[in-house]
Amino acid sequence: MRRVDVAGLGVPRALAFIAPAIIIIAVFLVFPALWTIYIGSTNFELTGPNSINPQFVGFGNITNAITDPQFRGSLVLTVVYVAGSAVIGQNLLGFLLAWLMRSTPKLLRSIVQGLILLAWILPGTVVAFLWFALLDRNSGTLNALLGNHSTAWLIQYPMLSLIFFNTWRGTAFSMMLYGSALSTVPPTQLEIARLSGARGWRLLRDVVLPHIRGHVLTNTLLITLWTANDFSPYLLTAGGPNHASEVLPVFIYDQALNSSQFGYASAISVLLLVVNLVIALLYLRLLRRRG
Amino acid sequence: MRIRTGLLTIGVAGCLLVLTGCIGQSPASSGNSDTQLNANAKDVTLSISSNSIVGGKNDSGARWITQYVVPAFTQMEKAKGVTVHITFNGDGSDDGSYGQKQVLALRTGGGGDILEIDGTDVGDYSESGLIKPLGAVVGQDEVSGWSGWSQISKSVQQLDEYKGQAYAIPIGTDGRVLFYNKNLFAQAGLPANWQPKSWADIITAGQALKKVSGVTPIQLDGGTAMAETTTVNGFLPMLAGAGQLLFDNGKWQGNTAAMRSALGFYQQIFSQGLADPVLDEESQGRDQSFAEFAANKIGIYAESDYMWRSILSPTVGNDKMADRNSAVGYALIPAQNPGSGIGGQNFVSYSGGGVRLINPHTKYPQQAWELLTFMASAPAIETYETQYLGGATQVTGNTEVDKKLLAGDPLLNFVSTKALPVTHFRPSEGDYTQVSALVQQATADVISGKSPADAASTYATSLAKVVGQANVVDN
Repeated sequence: MRRVDVAGLGVPRALAFIAPAIIIIAVFLVFPALWTIYIGSTNFELTGPNSINPQFVGFGNITNAITDPQFRGSLVLTVVYVAGSAVIGQNLLGFLLAWLMRSTPKLLRSIVQGLILLAWILPGTVVAFLWFALLDRNSGTLNALLGNHSTAWLIQYPMLSLIFFNTWRGTAFSMMLYGSALSTVPPTQLEIARLSGARGWRLLRDVVLPHIRGHVLTNTLLITLWTANDFSPYLLTAGGPNHASEVLPVFIYDQALNSSQFGYASAISVLLLVVNLVIALLYLRLLRRRG
Repeated sequence: MRIRTGLLTIGVAGCLLVLTGCIGQSPASSGNSDTQLNANAKDVTLSISSNSIVGGKNDSGARWITQYVVPAFTQMEKAKGVTVHITFNGDGSDDGSYGQKQVLALRTGGGGDILEIDGTDVGDYSESGLIKPLGAVVGQDEVSGWSGWSQISKSVQQLDEYKGQAYAIPIGTDGRVLFYNKNLFAQAGLPANWQPKSWADIITAGQALKKVSGVTPIQLDGGTAMAETTTVNGFLPMLAGAGQLLFDNGKWQGNTAAMRSALGFYQQIFSQGLADPVLDEESQGRDQSFAEFAANKIGIYAESDYMWRSILSPTVGNDKMADRNSAVGYALIPAQNPGSGIGGQNFVSYSGGGVRLINPHTKYPQQAWELLTFMASAPAIETYETQYLGGATQVTGNTEVDKKLLAGDPLLNFVSTKALPVTHFRPSEGDYTQVSALVQQATADVISGKSPADAASTYATSLAKVVGQANVVDN
């Protein structure tokens, strides 16, 4: 293949142009990733003798993880969390809101969208504090409304609480994405479908979905990856009670800092990265098949 | 394309080269080894890290440092013609997170010139090469020549020593006792002057308290969310009451009878509904427990005198209890049965306490030492006690100050005369922190319904992985 230098920069100047980007990516992305892989192949600990003389253990950490019931439990919790709060929760709620909001008056739409966006853009710590205030056993708003003071939501229903929390927190993105996706559905097609008697589900399935399938996949891919890497469960339950809500990012943190097993935690980070890559590839394949 | 691949290869190879050998150095060994570094500097910058913050956690300690120590020391140095700038790195997180921050800071060559850590971490930090003996940082003669050592009791000095060397100067110590709420005791028909003689006595009192509505009879710290508090406030006193120390004669307690007894006590109170698992499981459980105790909602609470002076204090406490002196009773923690405690003791206690040390990376070791000893001097401690702790005193790192002030506070007097004689300190072994985490997990297992035997056996298996099977006692 003959390459044409369209911009007329020449190789050295082109390199100079991309150098800043390459350097930043190398320093902040490639380097930490390699660093994690490297630590993950040792038994390095934060303190103790292994912090001074770490040994190379190769895939030892990975094989340990596979047999570690706590890791497996954590993996299952992550799947539950992602499926419950992102794939189902944010996706459906986001779509529902976008669908309902098509025909609402502009003022109402702006207010609702503003409120939902607020949940998305507030800093995590602030939001966690608000949810503490909502779910606290003794003085929480929810218990006050229900008139009961015996349910410690974050302790008795930790995963359910987290799923509700993250659905609430992240729906804004899906709502906006679907909002703009729905505007790409040609109104004429909708009208024709309606004239032919298509209503509700059939209208959605046969007219709307084919148009926005790409958006659905993209949205699901993004929120799946974000949720799988989401650390905010730590702010609410810290993985507790007794690891009952310890999704992988929290498990990694707990292993690295509380148990000081840095090597092990790094190896699990790599595993999480690999799982994310696999998910991403899967979605990309689906997207391509559509095309 | 070739160029890009080449670049990438160079980048990756470069990164790997940098990586190799990056971890696994002893951070302290890269610190300066010159004890006289900048000893004659006229312009000195120092910082103090402490888990206290004005308006938040340990407010009195933070105010003492910022309002008294910093200006007084700056003044003192000014008289010698030296300009000192001291910054205070306050913190208000839970003890575990604070400890992690210090480890990370020390590992990377950062952290305050003077920093406060939990005495029980000294061994671990030393084994990890994060800190050095005081003698190595500021000079052996300087350290052994300090007049203050003679005023620190031998038992308190256990806090700062590891393998016979002093790493820090202790700030003070504490003792664990059973606090109880006399108002609730009266409602439950229990005596105002209560001293259980056995665990069964605690359970009996708990059952009586259970009949008072809206009350959690007993709070015994347990589970993983409470972190180190679980071990020192809850588990270790129980283990000592069952006749064992966690680490003794070079070996760790594995799946032993005493271990199962101590876990069995957790099972008893939690399975009978005498304790509230939520308090031990939620992430802010200790603060929540303090608040509930102050609000007359907890009957009996095994805690350090810290709760009395820093939490419930009517003047400086975080959860002020105006009627603390009349409403809060205290008793020694009984052994499982009279005489069944460690060394045949009837009663047990556990002590800990913070220490202050000098960062091996400090640029001004001599000036840091001056500041450290100033903070540990009798006048400074007395100022802290009388002006910042609101009259409520603490068992300090200075016997003279203690003699003068402790008699003024009934509880502190009780702790120093009754609890400290039967107290123990946690092991200073480097592995302690990890073993402690396993202990916390074992209590969490029992609280969530596992049998003590199963929890002890899981614990012993994990323990052997940490310390080696040869160093574990099972029986």
